[in-house]
Amino acid sequence: MGDSTRETSTGAVERIFNVSQLLEEKGVSRRDFMKFCTTLSAALALPAGFAPRIAQALDEVKRPTLVWLEFQDCAGDTEALLRAANPTVGELILDILSVDYHETVMAAAGFQAEEALAKVVREQKGKYIAIVEGSIPMKDGGVYCCVAGRSALDIAREVCGNALATVAVGTCASYGGLPAARPNPTGAVGVSQAVPGAKVVNLPGCPLNADNLTATVVHYLVFNKLPAADALGRPLFAYGKRIHDNCERRAHFDAGQYVESWGDPAHAKGHCLYKMGCKGPETYHNCPTQKFNEKTSWPVASGHGCCGCSQPQFWDTMTPIYHRLPNVPGFGIESSADKIGMGIAAGTALAFGAHGLVSAFRKGDSAEGAKEDR
Amino acid sequence: MANLYEKYVWEVPVRVTHWINVICIALLSITGLLIGNPKLFTLSTSDYLMGWIRFVHFVAAYTFTVSVVSRLYWSLIGNRYASWREFVPFLTPEGRRGMLDTLRYYTFVSRKAPHVVGHNSLAGTAYFVVFLLYLTMIVTGFTLYSERAPLGVTHKLFGWVMVLFTNQGLRLTHHMTMWFLVAFAIHHVYSAWLMDVKEKGGVMSSIFSGYKAVRKEG
Repeated sequence: MGDSTRETSTGAVERIFNVSQLLEEKGVSRRDFMKFCTTLSAALALPAGFAPRIAQALDEVKRPTLVWLEFQDCAGDTEALLRAANPTVGELILDILSVDYHETVMAAAGFQAEEALAKVVREQKGKYIAIVEGSIPMKDGGVYCCVAGRSALDIAREVCGNALATVAVGTCASYGGLPAARPNPTGAVGVSQAVPGAKVVNLPGCPLNADNLTATVVHYLVFNKLPAADALGRPLFAYGKRIHDNCERRAHFDAGQYVESWGDPAHAKGHCLYKMGCKGPETYHNCPTQKFNEKTSWPVASGHGCCGCSQPQFWDTMTPIYHRLPNVPGFGIESSADKIGMGIAAGTALAFGAHGLVSAFRKGDSAEGAKEDR
Repeated sequence: MANLYEKYVWEVPVRVTHWINVICIALLSITGLLIGNPKLFTLSTSDYLMGWIRFVHFVAAYTFTVSVVSRLYWSLIGNRYASWREFVPFLTPEGRRGMLDTLRYYTFVSRKAPHVVGHNSLAGTAYFVVFLLYLTMIVTGFTLYSERAPLGVTHKLFGWVMVLFTNQGLRLTHHMTMWFLVAFAIHHVYSAWLMDVKEKGGVMSSIFSGYKAVRKEG
């Protein structure tokens, strides 16, 4: 191994990592590495000239520590990161940069594992990056999610509060996600709401796109700051554009060609999923351009509408998933707004028609024209 | 029916905004229904049918907004029949009495048709509600429109609406309010006809000419 070593303050010998060397050991050529850097500069919406700068920044990296916390989650974001068909450069980079603590993948268990986390917080205060997956329950003192006898809220306050920055991965960690869906029995919230003082960047999505996580971390390594974000704390490079505007089926929307039911000829031809309840027109994410699983596909490409998973409280605010409009509250589940609206219009016409008939045949109304104003 | 004379009631801005609103509401309702639930026939992906329908909707929306704002402005400087006071009769005891009298006439309890030059108190109150519906449509509509440019001025301007409404709630409100306006339009034409027949003041033609037949006192 071509890396150098140094002694830490505690006397332990620590290897100093060099990303491009390590990649070489893992069988990734310099050319592949440069290709990755170019792709990444594109993902970050930077000019191509930034690729060498990204490569340089990654070369010089001194292994910033990552800790990955899981709270009320399904490990779906972890899966999204780990389940790539082939190990990508991005995955290896995260592998190298990370990860002193990750419940799902770490070898250590029990006290040993918790000690690893405590050590990071103690020794690298203000220098490590915390990644949080899953929402944090606030109700009843946070008893609904405990790890090693401590509540998620307690852990998040300590770990995220002392971190250099926190990346909330997935919609749960960003805004509460599914655990926060009505009636939200555990009082689940996202990291920025649970730990208001922490420096948080949100990467919502169900799951998040691992490319956006790599890009965010690399952005930090290159520029030494977090990427510019929108009002919801989401980096603009990934969440600054509307799905509808970058959708490959947009031409069918503008033309007026829509899927009317699943499996109909329009569906087979790949027409627009607007009438099937696609929430692309109100969702901001780079799915159409970045795609998932090494740019293989994304929901709309595979024939299913967007369900708005990267928007706050999407389970409450973007449903019903397969209809344009929700039902009118209080009118039973089969009453659409249009049926009720037509009922109102017809009812009005009927009522006033009847009133008109009565009025027309009614004699003796005093009708002397309007009096002059006083 | 003696001593009738012609009285200039509806000024030009009142009539112009009235008819612009009629055209805009008709266009907005038809295109809006097609946007909410497109039933289009097109064979070619190179068509731009939905594109044009949305274009008409947005142009009509801007026109309608300018018309409503102009009418609100005119309610400050126009004549007494155009004034904002016409729309809030429920604030005065006299107006509340007028509302009750008109309601009694409409429900066939009384035979005395309301005798007023401008709007009767009940009509004035109805238009107050209609103006609230207009504002609901304008605010929810522009909020939905602003979604196309998340960092744009309109999006920043209407960001507060997304705090009041969920995304789907916003759509439903915009859609249902249209049906309330359609119902209002039906009622509006009917009661204009009724008053034209009963009051014999020419209220139906007055929205074209501006003049009504008014009886001289004494």
